[in-house]
Amino acid sequence: MVNLIVIFMAIVLVNNFVLSQFLGICSFLGVSNKMSSSVGMGGAVVFVMVIAELVTWPVMQILNRFDIAYLQTVVFILVIAALVQFVEMFMKRYLPALQKALGIFLPLITTNCAILGATINAISYGYSYLQSVVYAFGAGVGYMVAMVLFAGIREEKLSNMDGIPAPFQGVGIILVAASIMALSFMGFAGMFQ
Amino acid sequence: MNGLITPVLLVAVIGLTCAGLLVFASKVFHVSVDERITLVREVLPGANCGGCGFAGCDDYAANLVADEGLSCTLCSPGGAGTAEAIAEILGRAAGSAEPMVAQVMCNGVSGARRTVLEWQGMSSCKGAKGWFSSPNACMFGCMGLGDCATACQFDAIGIVDGIAKVNRENCVACGACVGACPQKLIKLVPVKSQVHVLCSSTDKGAVARKNCDNACIGCTKCTTVCNFDAIHIEDNLARIDVEKCKSCGLCAVVCPTGAINSFRKLPPRAAAEKAAAVKKAAAKKDERPL
Repeated sequence: MVNLIVIFMAIVLVNNFVLSQFLGICSFLGVSNKMSSSVGMGGAVVFVMVIAELVTWPVMQILNRFDIAYLQTVVFILVIAALVQFVEMFMKRYLPALQKALGIFLPLITTNCAILGATINAISYGYSYLQSVVYAFGAGVGYMVAMVLFAGIREEKLSNMDGIPAPFQGVGIILVAASIMALSFMGFAGMFQ
Repeated sequence: MNGLITPVLLVAVIGLTCAGLLVFASKVFHVSVDERITLVREVLPGANCGGCGFAGCDDYAANLVADEGLSCTLCSPGGAGTAEAIAEILGRAAGSAEPMVAQVMCNGVSGARRTVLEWQGMSSCKGAKGWFSSPNACMFGCMGLGDCATACQFDAIGIVDGIAKVNRENCVACGACVGACPQKLIKLVPVKSQVHVLCSSTDKGAVARKNCDNACIGCTKCTTVCNFDAIHIEDNLARIDVEKCKSCGLCAVVCPTGAINSFRKLPPRAAAEKAAAVKKAAAKKDERPL
């Protein structure tokens, strides 16, 4: 149990997917301009990461049995894409409210590097089934935390570019803000051994 | 050989399983979409320009069906025809969609404007404006670097004589160029209004004139000649009230600079008057001591 909590906290704070591993940066910068859409995107990432991990871990056991672990990237992408498509169809039929809340983000993150990164990392760390699911859940939560915090900063401080020197306006100052936030997360380094 | 067969077979099996699952899901979880959405979507032009304010034509169609109060006339590329077709499908009143067109409110062509520097950086108005207010002496005018032309999906705006010019036949009034222009020179105007003040300079007359031959100098000649009380000077710039303007073109005739332009072909008498006015102005110029 302690082991699982450590895995979870470590991936949320110390090895945060966005801020220290630089995975999922494009959606992090792209969707964080509004608080509401960043929450939706974060929720969708948590959801997809967990179900992707649930499926890819058993698939990896099959690949290992046939001694073709080198195919994991191709097979994982295939499986995750099909799975997300399936889940979307399912939700459209039975959970239209949730499907509307996650909206366009669900199909968008199908091929996001953060999803693939979470599944491949969990395997390369040699985690058990339960551990890797907790790891994936933590990775998603970490993404959501970074996303929501950054959306807050952007809404509060960067929605109006007036006081910012002209060359920094737009993407420039957003990247600067993101890097300062990543630096502040480095304060968590060494918290868990 | 064996090392090849196993992986290929395995990936093929996984792929087929996923495909089978999706086919199965699409049958079992099939959701019948409101057929009106499909119908409305077929009527829309499919340009996905976003001019209506929704994320593409699909989104607009879905929202039209879902929201009773949403206007059918938001699609400018489709125009009145599309609005009527949508209204028929949904059983609502079409409302009048005034056909609009984009208009660049600047006439500072290469020969007329003064430039203060030769911009050799990137070909982008936003970029140029970020570093300097403008390569032109007139800080309000068109720089002619073509941000609007890049934004236009319909090939309706291009750089002619150093400034942006709208091709009215191609323009669908989606408003993409309006947002792209950092000088805020482009406006959507009703197609039927033919006379426009093609200047946006709020500099004082003498300064404006020094910067550009075609600038509005706020001389009020147009306001006196107008029979409909439709043109007024505000902030040293003549502005036309589209509601009142009858597009008679008198103001364009009397304008001493090239600021007011009429798309209307001038009637013979007015044309003669204009020619006379131009001649007079030319003569006056010659009299000026050097």
